[in-house]
Amino acid sequence: MSVRDPDELTVAPDGRPLAEQPRWRNDFPIDIPRDQYVARREFVKFLVLTSFAFSVGQLWILGRGLWRRRPRLPALEIAKLDAIPVGGSIAFEYPHAGEPKLLVRLGEGELVAYDARCTHLSCPVIPQPERGRFFCPCHSGSFDLASGRPLAGPPRRPLPRVELEVRDGAVFAVGLEEKLS
Amino acid sequence: MSAPASSRNWARDRARRPLSIAQRQVILAAISCLVVVLVVLQLWLLTATMDAHLGGDDSVAGPAAAASIGCLLLNLGLLRYVFRLDRH
Repeated sequence: MSVRDPDELTVAPDGRPLAEQPRWRNDFPIDIPRDQYVARREFVKFLVLTSFAFSVGQLWILGRGLWRRRPRLPALEIAKLDAIPVGGSIAFEYPHAGEPKLLVRLGEGELVAYDARCTHLSCPVIPQPERGRFFCPCHSGSFDLASGRPLAGPPRRPLPRVELEVRDGAVFAVGLEEKLS
Repeated sequence: MSAPASSRNWARDRARRPLSIAQRQVILAAISCLVVVLVVLQLWLLTATMDAHLGGDDSVAGPAAAASIGCLLLNLGLLRYVFRLDRH
């Protein structure tokens, strides 16, 4: 004979203990402690379902990262090397129209190019080679001219860098750096 | 040396006695706390990974997915215990 739960207030019409009752009667108790127990149990089940959903989300991100296509970008001639003075800069659009970039000549053979939009709120940045930085006038953000990393202000991510090549005295944009942070 | 018969009977009776609702509620509250902590950890992992992914960095996606699945397995283990608690 089974022992009755001392806290059990629910008494089924047939008088048998809840352990011997059908499942539906256990899931719809009429005493408050048991009702709270069922509510908490259902809450735990819901949380585990949420946990499953989060794991699916993580796998989805992983899958997107693995299958993300990185098309080979076309080479674009920006300017002749002689046309850019040391400390000078040229604006261009790459890889498509409406995607502004900035080319800056830091030294004789030292060229860098970055996205011209601030990584904070996409304001256009201004090259300041004499101070070694790009400056964003919207919120006084600045980026290192040599690496594109944020130096001050609200931006937290570096400026996306454009890969460059010099061929036959001309500067070409040949790609974008994939890792942005 | 074996335990006396009366002691063995007492232990068997105690093991067979069902847990009271109050006891089960305490166990369930402890399990819920653990599950909540794990789910919050998963939420943080998901937002951090999504932020990195949208910023073009996919290097953290693999370890984060492994950690998240580890949390899910722990949660499933705790849920299994809840079902066992129900049958007790």
